[in-house]
Amino acid sequence: MSKIVKLKKGFDLKLVGTAPLEFIQVAAATTFAIKPTDFPGIQRPKVLVNEGDTVKAGTPILLDKAMDQVIYASPVSGEVVEIKRGDKRKLLEIKILADTTVSYEKLGALDLEQDRATLVGKLAASGVWPNLIQRPFGIVANPADSPKAIFVSGFDTHPLAPEVPYLLQGEERYFQAGIDALSKLTAGKVHLNVDGSKAVPTIFSGVKNVQINQFSGPHPAGNVGIQIHHLDPINKGDIAWTIAPYGVVQLGKFVLEGIYDASKVIALTGSELTQKGYVKTYTGSNVSTFVGGSSQAENLRIISGNVLTGEKIENQGYLGFYHNQVTVIPEGKYEEFLGWLKPSTSKLSFHKAIGMFSFLNSGEFKVDTNTHGEERPFVVSGVFEKVLPMDILPTYLFKAIVTEDFDEMEELGLYEVIEEDVALCEFVDPSKNELQELVRHGIELLMYN
Amino acid sequence: MKLLQNLFDGMKPNFEKGGKWEKFHTLYEGHRTIAFAPDLITKSKGAQIKDATDLKRVMITVVIAMIPALLFGILNIGHQHFIATGAEGTFLDKAIFGALSVLPILIVSYAVGLLTEFTFCVIRNHPISEGYLVTGMLIALVMPPFIPLWQVALATIFAVVIGKEVFGGTGMNILNVAMTARAFLYFAYPAQISGDQVWTYLGDKTAVDGFSGATALAVAYNSSLDATPVVEALGTHNADLGADFSFMSMFMGWIPGSIAETSTLMALVGAAILIATGVASWKIILGGFGGAYAMGLVMNVLAVNQYMAMPAQYHLVMGGLAFGVVFMATDPVSAAHTELGKWIYGILIGVLTVIIRVTNPAYPEGIMLAVLFMNVVAPLIDHYVVKANKTRRLQRATI
Repeated sequence: MSKIVKLKKGFDLKLVGTAPLEFIQVAAATTFAIKPTDFPGIQRPKVLVNEGDTVKAGTPILLDKAMDQVIYASPVSGEVVEIKRGDKRKLLEIKILADTTVSYEKLGALDLEQDRATLVGKLAASGVWPNLIQRPFGIVANPADSPKAIFVSGFDTHPLAPEVPYLLQGEERYFQAGIDALSKLTAGKVHLNVDGSKAVPTIFSGVKNVQINQFSGPHPAGNVGIQIHHLDPINKGDIAWTIAPYGVVQLGKFVLEGIYDASKVIALTGSELTQKGYVKTYTGSNVSTFVGGSSQAENLRIISGNVLTGEKIENQGYLGFYHNQVTVIPEGKYEEFLGWLKPSTSKLSFHKAIGMFSFLNSGEFKVDTNTHGEERPFVVSGVFEKVLPMDILPTYLFKAIVTEDFDEMEELGLYEVIEEDVALCEFVDPSKNELQELVRHGIELLMYN
Repeated sequence: MKLLQNLFDGMKPNFEKGGKWEKFHTLYEGHRTIAFAPDLITKSKGAQIKDATDLKRVMITVVIAMIPALLFGILNIGHQHFIATGAEGTFLDKAIFGALSVLPILIVSYAVGLLTEFTFCVIRNHPISEGYLVTGMLIALVMPPFIPLWQVALATIFAVVIGKEVFGGTGMNILNVAMTARAFLYFAYPAQISGDQVWTYLGDKTAVDGFSGATALAVAYNSSLDATPVVEALGTHNADLGADFSFMSMFMGWIPGSIAETSTLMALVGAAILIATGVASWKIILGGFGGAYAMGLVMNVLAVNQYMAMPAQYHLVMGGLAFGVVFMATDPVSAAHTELGKWIYGILIGVLTVIIRVTNPAYPEGIMLAVLFMNVVAPLIDHYVVKANKTRRLQRATI
């Protein structure tokens, strides 16, 4: 039975810099990177290639010794040019200089009728597997598990997020094949959740083997964690998997073609980007050609992903594995005279405290990275509750993590949230706490103790 | 502004590590962030942008909401003085008289409180928090208008140290800090904060014939003793002087009392600001008034004396209920934190206030003790609300 869920809590951030629905012409990226830091669950990463090796798209280049069935593959063919390590030899990036035409490891099309174990084994060794994320904890799915259901969010409500149907156009066949493969991986259902405020996009309306649910409401209605909570919530001991729509397409391409085709469409967004729109590239793409020259780079923040959950990258940095958006906004390193007192309609705020008139402004807001205040203890109550559409008491959950109270963390719902679900809480917090970092800290406590 | 920025920059090396005033860096930073919103930027992971509202703006919103009550309080103190002495006074005379009595209290409260706070921040190496912006104002506003200033200073130090800093500072306190200050004085120096003599300043003049300095609550309480209906007793109190305790004059606030507690109207103006800005919980405010009214009705039903029989709406405009419910009960740190808990907390404050007023002869005003008592109980209320949430989530698993 498909479900219709209407959510009220949340907040839509209307920002300047939406990408128009068109492909733009920019020079293709020449280097690509796999960053182990994109996968929070990796415990003991091991590099399988050396600098100077040539690889094909789909050649294993990395694995986690704690879960060695799953390989992380090169997104393109070319030469491994650098294995970058940081402090204490922490593995940061494996960079690959791409060939002009990509050649693929040929693994052979996948017969979905074989037994599940063989199927899982082949998928885990293909390079597409890391697209599957396990809930709880938001880590790469373990092939040894059998999830109770698989969830796909077919829309993205993050600020300036790409239009998912636009990303998928022309990929209908692969999307269906990917869904078919997912339905073999779970004994339960595959849920495809679509934006209930619009007509179901054609790419989704014809899809078989799924339950299509409609969600409407402000952000975070598009977050898969929120959707799971309303469809089939995760309790202690449950395991569900999630996968992004573009991951489904990559999975479908492996099923039908037998190759790891890491190509994806990404949106170039943000107020400071002169050329906004969509481009086709590969997972882990270098962004320097997309964001233009480096003349202003000092005062700009280039973000892989969106402004709420993304990560700051360098001008020459690489797109995160799970990201399909680049956002460029100004840095906010300035002092503002009596900035805490000045009335304004142009400063984006969820609150309506004295002088904050942004709720009267129906236009789009230009934002920067200034924190607009310093970190303070939790004082104001009831704010997080207004932006988290779950039957969870976020303030108590955060305090349980701060005090490292394991029972409380479990009982208050840490199994149901990951960073992206509390990103809005972090944004609206007048005490400026780092709540996403806090939630990951709590998850790590639960995972490794 | 460049000038000010340069001034700060010039001082900065002294407060940095190795500088001669290194220990006091938190004071430097505290002052700089008041002058200039800081140039901090978001970390590389996590939310890349942050809401434009910070704690300072939340706190200043509360201060602004209290200003109508403060201004009215200043005027009313002058007004009460001229009534008691029978002299004629213009608007300006009253305002100046009131300001001269209120401003020293306000200055002492802020100066002593901030000094205590700064001392703790330096010792503990904490950043200076904005909480005292509100507390400093509140402490002054709930004092009788002619309290000795040393008592204000003593109460402030007690409240900041014992009420807040020993628990870890802003955000960690159990009791409302301003109410703690008032309760301290109430029990330590009752002569200066209760009775009929402390609310109106006579100075070297003598009161006119027939003047009584009692508060409305005292009049209501005494009416039970001589069995006059409360409304009649209130209506005839000081009536010859044109200063009766009719419902309307109590609602407007032209009655003796602590500096800013008298006017229900001004408390409601403050409530409107707090609710419109979303800074205070409307559930607590509505619950507080509703609880007091409902308990007033219950008292009517059970009435064995005149006070219990007083129409319930009188409870809402007498004493400090309105001020306490709007500004004290809504302190987010010491109130209940869960949404259901806020209803229960607010309603019980109203109920307890009326019970204490009507049934306990030792405490004419109940709001102070009601708020403090509910501050203590709030975590318990929250505990059960949170427990219900946990149980609901556990039950989900078996479906």
